[in-house]
Amino acid sequence: MNFMTALNKEFLEQRRTRKFLIALVVLVLFGMTSPLMAKMIPQIMTLVPGGEAFAGLIPDPTINDAVAQYIKNVTQFGVLLALVFSMGAMAVEKDKGTAAMILSKPMPRGSFLLAKFASLALTFIIAVVIAGVAAYYYTYFLFGELNILNWLTLNGLIILYLLVYVAITLLYSTLTRTQYVAIGLSFGTLIVLGILGGLPGFGSNFPDALISDASMIMSGTPVTHWTGLWVSLGIIILSLGAAWLAFRKQEL
Amino acid sequence: MNSVKIEDLRKKYGSVNALDGLNITVESGSVFGFLGPNGAGKTTTLRILAGLAQADSGSIFFGEQNITKSGTAQKDRLGYLPEEPAFYAWMSPREYLDYVGKIFKLDAKERRQRVDQLLEQSGLKEAAKRHIGGFSRGMRQRLGIAQALMNHPSILLLDEPVSALDPAGRKEVLEMIESLGRECTVIMSSHILADVERVCDTVGIINKGKLITQAKKEDLMDRYAIPALELTTGNGSAAQMPEWKLRLEKLPGVTGVTVEGYSFHLAVKDVHTAQQEIMQDALAHNTTFEKLEVVKPSLEDIFMQLTGSQK
Repeated sequence: MNFMTALNKEFLEQRRTRKFLIALVVLVLFGMTSPLMAKMIPQIMTLVPGGEAFAGLIPDPTINDAVAQYIKNVTQFGVLLALVFSMGAMAVEKDKGTAAMILSKPMPRGSFLLAKFASLALTFIIAVVIAGVAAYYYTYFLFGELNILNWLTLNGLIILYLLVYVAITLLYSTLTRTQYVAIGLSFGTLIVLGILGGLPGFGSNFPDALISDASMIMSGTPVTHWTGLWVSLGIIILSLGAAWLAFRKQEL
Repeated sequence: MNSVKIEDLRKKYGSVNALDGLNITVESGSVFGFLGPNGAGKTTTLRILAGLAQADSGSIFFGEQNITKSGTAQKDRLGYLPEEPAFYAWMSPREYLDYVGKIFKLDAKERRQRVDQLLEQSGLKEAAKRHIGGFSRGMRQRLGIAQALMNHPSILLLDEPVSALDPAGRKEVLEMIESLGRECTVIMSSHILADVERVCDTVGIINKGKLITQAKKEDLMDRYAIPALELTTGNGSAAQMPEWKLRLEKLPGVTGVTVEGYSFHLAVKDVHTAQQEIMQDALAHNTTFEKLEVVKPSLEDIFMQLTGSQK
């Protein structure tokens, strides 16, 4: 099946162009350092001139602080990587002419597009899984045991959150011929979705709800409202569908 | 091998008619030279044939099959080389050809053999493991031709295939294209008329998206056998040539003048009248020349006459 041929090439490209390595290093580094940072904040404060006064005001770090630090770091830097890695995926290939070379052969455009999403998804899945293992290990030693099932769910939600922005950026990359326009539009969407996600009540229907759901799960609060998850899945499917509809008619 | 038939093909970009009812028939196994001035619609036609652009209307047949709306199905038998072939800079030519072989679903053994054969044929064997990112334009062009041949295509579309090559590379590729005519139907666009004249057996000339004429090369030469003269000036006349060219262009019996080295190639209305006018002009201006002879018209003369690129 040509999807697998395209996927193999795309994932090889992720490795050759160091995108895979960068995602792995950045996310694993934050996975390892997040519990460390949570644990060390009071000590770090004492090292800052005048910080001794504040150190006493900071409550003793808990396992929840380590988890919150992990979620914040991995999602923030993960989204940045998702945008940067996806912005040129389609736009550069169309602009340079490499897409035309391949699509003049029996490679369906849907497979070509989907392989790009799948390879980026694979990169982020592997990077988040390893970052999750590293974070779990350090949290276990510094704070104590975490509920494994909840930890897996948390990381699953983080991956889904990152894939929303991979799919959106791929759509913009398909619609434009310039990667910079694509990343600009993606940043705009990130901001708009962030604002909408912050609206009281209404905000739980947007992808940012995945982050708060992840925190709730880890703190033992049951999540009753999963609209954010379904909307995120919907955004991924709609973005890929729209990208395919646009790409199928595009002249190369 | 398949014949290619294009019927009433139309394509508009905004208000510009890129193709305006183009009709072409390319016989199976022929090497078809696709000629036309810049913007005539050659590249658009080849991109539509390769499935990279869609026509507004019209039909395309490969053999008996109408492939106008057949998606990727017809691409199994196509080979396509764009004007500026682009590759993944991080790949080696061996990896790229292997990737193309996988797209055509060749099995591992067949792929390996074909890749080796094409690397050898395109002169890239020594560079087989180097990254394409460091290749010269000529090397990319040769790799472009190799990838177009990966699937033993029955129809090969070549857009300016030798434009980036040095004389030796050009000679090799043109010989290769000439020999391919026995294996597949080749449609080759070029602005280098001498190349088309050398390798193509059939020629189609288009202008403003329409076919002006299409015929076997020899028939075309006979049909448009406009008389032509060649005036050889000699080494000492280089400085006088620009001024002389202007004078020749003004002669009533001369319809076109091109300069080749120390010679003028003259398209004329009537050989004898033109000869007299040229000699009288030379005497009047005290100019000498080495030779004035009647020559066979070139494809370039015919092309210029048909596309109105002459005086």
